[in-house]
Amino acid sequence: MRGRCDRVLVLLAVLVAWQGLYWAAGPAALASPGAVAARLWVLGARAAFQADAWSTVVAFAASGAASVVGGVLLGAGLGVSRLAGRVMEPVLAGFYALPKVTLYPVVLLLFGLGASAKVAFGVMHGLVPIALITMAAVGQVRPVLLRTARAMRLSWWDTVGRVVVPAVLPEVLGAVRIGVPLSLLGVLIGEMFASRQGLGSVAMRAMEANDTATLLAVAVLLAGAALGVNAGLAWVARAGR
Amino acid sequence: MAGLLEAACRVGWISPVSVIAPSAMVAALWGLLLSGTETADIVATMGRVGMAAALAGVGGLLAGLGLHAVPRLRTALEPLLSSWYAIPTIMFYPVLLVFFGVGAGAIVAVAVLLAVVAMVSATLSGLDRVPPVLLRTGFVMRMGPWARASRIRLPAALPYVVTGVRLVVSYAFIGVIASEFILSGSGVGYAIANAYNNFDNPAMYGLMLLVLLLVTGVNSGLAAVDRRMRRG
Repeated sequence: MRGRCDRVLVLLAVLVAWQGLYWAAGPAALASPGAVAARLWVLGARAAFQADAWSTVVAFAASGAASVVGGVLLGAGLGVSRLAGRVMEPVLAGFYALPKVTLYPVVLLLFGLGASAKVAFGVMHGLVPIALITMAAVGQVRPVLLRTARAMRLSWWDTVGRVVVPAVLPEVLGAVRIGVPLSLLGVLIGEMFASRQGLGSVAMRAMEANDTATLLAVAVLLAGAALGVNAGLAWVARAGR
Repeated sequence: MAGLLEAACRVGWISPVSVIAPSAMVAALWGLLLSGTETADIVATMGRVGMAAALAGVGGLLAGLGLHAVPRLRTALEPLLSSWYAIPTIMFYPVLLVFFGVGAGAIVAVAVLLAVVAMVSATLSGLDRVPPVLLRTGFVMRMGPWARASRIRLPAALPYVVTGVRLVVSYAFIGVIASEFILSGSGVGYAIANAYNNFDNPAMYGLMLLVLLLVTGVNSGLAAVDRRMRRG
């Protein structure tokens, strides 16, 4: 209860700081929290905005699912095979640290403009951390567990299903919590450059028109959605444990 | 992998309009470095990355120490810290432009915003893992809060702080190059966007290769330091 109260206080502090900044900087630089809330209300009722939001949701769902499935499979495969893991680990870590915006021309050339490019962008952001963490988790399953499984003559399926999966599940859920929000970020960046649909492109148009109220309304909406997704994944991770 | 790509490009499966052969990328990069046209951009980008990494590293370390000392504030801020990377920081670039002006200021600010939270989280998790017996020993020896922080907490948390520095440097690279890419008139990110807009594929892929080499080089250097700290 006290924790929730503190969170409300943090939110209030952010709002107060924002309002203060608005008074200091003036309406040309920054929209006030009230103006942004009003703009969000107006935008929410607009059909075009709803279509943009829906296209972002669809792309995010596709790229989040692809990142989780692909990342876990890739990570598990690399974790099982020591050699492949040792070869691919620096490659994946290097790719993770690379500013992926610079690869956007290549993605556009490969996938063309539109929905597939932004889903690909989301997968590029989300898949790698999930694969890296899953790989480390699978590689670090305690040998005693595997030896016990062999002593009990478990079949391959039983070893995977009853020993390996429960052992790596907490780490994999943690990895999903990192990767899925990143794939949202990737989808948005993809929309900012490679699409005329979606919230990212709404933000980009607002940026070009210096319409800070719309820009901040989208940013607040996305930040809220990101916090919500994160809280949901945290809940799943706790339930999984 | 590079060999496969080279073969596919040379045989003609991949048209040079979309991807050029890796050997052509190396040649293009070499030509760019020798001609000196990109030197100013490279220096500008590296300076911004260095400044952003330094600000985010020091700021994140101090903020982490502060938050660790006030657990109540920390629990209140925890959800924000853990989902920070889902928030597209880059959207605040226009607002930051107004505050810091066109040029290095706003670019560095985006990179700091992106990088600082990694440092805060790394510092916090390092401080959490300080063995309690060390703190109790410090208590027995009647060390003051400052002595305990500088002689026990920071050295014990150092490996995690080094991991944080590694993350800060990669995020600083991402923030700086991405901002240059969107709205800027200088830097490597701008040069890549410019080459893309002019269909100058050799320059574009050469610069991408440069970014890849820079990031991988810095990253593996820091990873080596990281491993040594963990072992020692």
